[in-house]
Amino acid sequence: MTTSEIHELLRARFGDDVAAPAGGPRGDQFLLVKGARLIEIARFLKETPGLQFDFCEDLTAVDWPKRNVIEVVIHLLSYPLRHSLVLKVEADRAAPVVPSLEPVWKTADWFEREVYDLFGVTFTGHPDLRRIMLPDDWVGFPLRKDYEEAGGWHGITNVRADPLVELKRLDDAARAEVARSAPPPPPPAPAAPPPPEKA
Amino acid sequence: MEKLILRRVDQNNEEMILNFGPQHPSTHGVINFIVQTDGEVITRAVPDVGYLHRSLEKIGESTGWHGYMPYTDRIDYVAAMFPNEGYATAVERLTGIEVPRRAQYLRAISGELCRIASHLISVGTMAMDIGAFTPMLHGVRERETINDLIEALCGARLTYNYHRIGGVAFDLPEGWRDRTLAFLDHFDRFLVEFDRLITFNEIYIRRLANVAVIPGPMAVDYGLVGPNLRGSGVDWDVRRDLPYGAYSDFEFSIPVGQGMFGTVGDSFDRYFCRVREMGESSKIVRQALEKLPDGEIMAPKVQRNLKVEAGEALSRVESARGEMAFYVVADGTNKAYRIRARTGSFTAMGIIEPLSRGLMVADLVALIASLDVVAPEIDR
Amino acid sequence: MANKVDSGVGGDVTLFHTSQLDQLINMARENSLWYLLFGLACCGIELIQTGGPRADLMRFGAIPRASPRQADFMIVAGTLTYKMAERAKLLYDQMSEPKYVISMGSCANCGGLFQPAYSVCKGVDKVIPVDVYVPGCPPRPEALTEGLLRLQELVRNERWSDKRRPAEAGAGTA
Ligand code: SF4
Repeated sequence: MTTSEIHELLRARFGDDVAAPAGGPRGDQFLLVKGARLIEIARFLKETPGLQFDFCEDLTAVDWPKRNVIEVVIHLLSYPLRHSLVLKVEADRAAPVVPSLEPVWKTADWFEREVYDLFGVTFTGHPDLRRIMLPDDWVGFPLRKDYEEAGGWHGITNVRADPLVELKRLDDAARAEVARSAPPPPPPAPAAPPPPEKA
Repeated sequence: MEKLILRRVDQNNEEMILNFGPQHPSTHGVINFIVQTDGEVITRAVPDVGYLHRSLEKIGESTGWHGYMPYTDRIDYVAAMFPNEGYATAVERLTGIEVPRRAQYLRAISGELCRIASHLISVGTMAMDIGAFTPMLHGVRERETINDLIEALCGARLTYNYHRIGGVAFDLPEGWRDRTLAFLDHFDRFLVEFDRLITFNEIYIRRLANVAVIPGPMAVDYGLVGPNLRGSGVDWDVRRDLPYGAYSDFEFSIPVGQGMFGTVGDSFDRYFCRVREMGESSKIVRQALEKLPDGEIMAPKVQRNLKVEAGEALSRVESARGEMAFYVVADGTNKAYRIRARTGSFTAMGIIEPLSRGLMVADLVALIASLDVVAPEIDR
Repeated sequence: MANKVDSGVGGDVTLFHTSQLDQLINMARENSLWYLLFGLACCGIELIQTGGPRADLMRFGAIPRASPRQADFMIVAGTLTYKMAERAKLLYDQMSEPKYVISMGSCANCGGLFQPAYSVCKGVDKVIPVDVYVPGCPPRPEALTEGLLRLQELVRNERWSDKRRPAEAGAGTA
């Protein structure tokens, strides 16, 4: 089933809580849905014969500071019917809250923890929402566009000395060494080879 | 959730909480498990991941479209052709670039060789985790030959960076086809030997059969993919069911778990799917080498400083660890707005906690090995 | 090897004998350097391959150990994240003296291609002291073997009398 056919079905049931398919000229179309009805819509998509989205393929987020929203993007796939669908939910950037899909698809559990960790989206109803990738005491949500690095962690700096400085020091030392061990100035030996430091 | 720390849970019984990893020889890469056990029996095992979180998704937002290709290698370094291919496919979907037929065949050939190499490591380390060291060495030996072949093809042994947006980087070198065919002849014999060595070994079967059974519906619910899903009896393979690239041209079968020595979906089924898949990959490479069309290996006129119209696309490829999906969002500039890799190992880790209850400690190792997780795919 | 020092010059007999003993001990040590398997990322796979049948690190007496307490040196192979850095330090502290570290791959040397990353430690030497750096991304097995040989050279030239590193100085830079 194509995205617009699925949209027809959803609109018959949920009205204007499901926006019309949108998307770029190429690639995938998506349906923007209202966060408040997300769980209902998800259940409907999973359980209706003819839709049967039994596989929650991916759940992630995209940060849009210009529009002041964080989009949670859900990719669904149906194994028996071989069609797919992209759902999106928008949440306010300042305090993003989206209902958790864990009761519908168990796999959403870890995906939501990841989104919480990297974007700071809170999923209401999630059984165990805590950081997954980063240490528990990490500050900030790195995949947001305005994230600033804290400069190291627990006293480990994230600055590395410029290797060129050290190379120059070694170079200079080697040169000084050569100059010191070079034969005395040319006058006594007319055919002496040129001192290597000029090379 | 309460914070898990190392301690005796209760002075009056034997239950305790142990740390398993992150540096542990039989976990696949740096993964930590916090295991609550009562003697040998596990009451709960909580995976703690993120020890290899390398910000790959964030880096993608600053590298430019072509520049991200080497980073995709690092998403799954055991089988680096697949993230290459997945990323390239996603950008091609978004830009409408057509990949020449020959390049698609080369992608399939390199991909299937890479799948064999990855499965060799997987079944080898699995045997090692169970306690048999020799199969690992046999696997690594064969893998070295594949590494040589791939090195002749693209110059790298591990991080290939072979695919390009719009094609592949290099054509087959001279004599490569014959070397590959010779290797495949040898490899088919090796598979028979490997089965004799370990697959049908009585002890091995007993260690794996009926251990950590994942029923089909549970596998789908938890989002398992690839051999883990097929081991549970779900007959699904992206190469066959949503064909991409050149795969619709080849004949191959998809091994599905049969419950040969126990229940469908046990550790042995997952293992056995992988062993059989290596044989299928070898078939695909043979067919592809035979039918290989002539022509270009890069699409014409792919800009260096690629600009992509605003939009988003998801690409699916069947990697060695199952379906790998790349989700890319473009905003019309020469850099990606967001790159996201959906990987099989990440979801596979999610199933360990519900499955672990009642397992023996040694079975937990078998379970982790049979799920074939690799750390960079979990953490990215 | 022993005859190289056989300088026959009279003089300090004790010194002569000590250096002979040093040589003997160092010879034993350099040919049985056991390493702690510490594969962190992609380089870890090359580390396995190096231990595998073709490159065969074992012929130099280097045997992989799973426990830091049995290991003489540690091969840090791969990307060290901040989360892992503390564990690496812990493992290093658990090894008994004398101990060495080989840093394998660009990531372990300096962060490599993860310079822009927010979660990657820019080099193992920020946490523990490193003796041998092996460049490459990933280094080929030959390169790692060369690294081991360099470490053997280092061990060979060590003197018992002036041990390189007092126990508490292992604390590293941080
Ligand atoms: S140096 Fe390269 S191969 Fe090694 S861990 Fe880093 S990225 Fe991977």
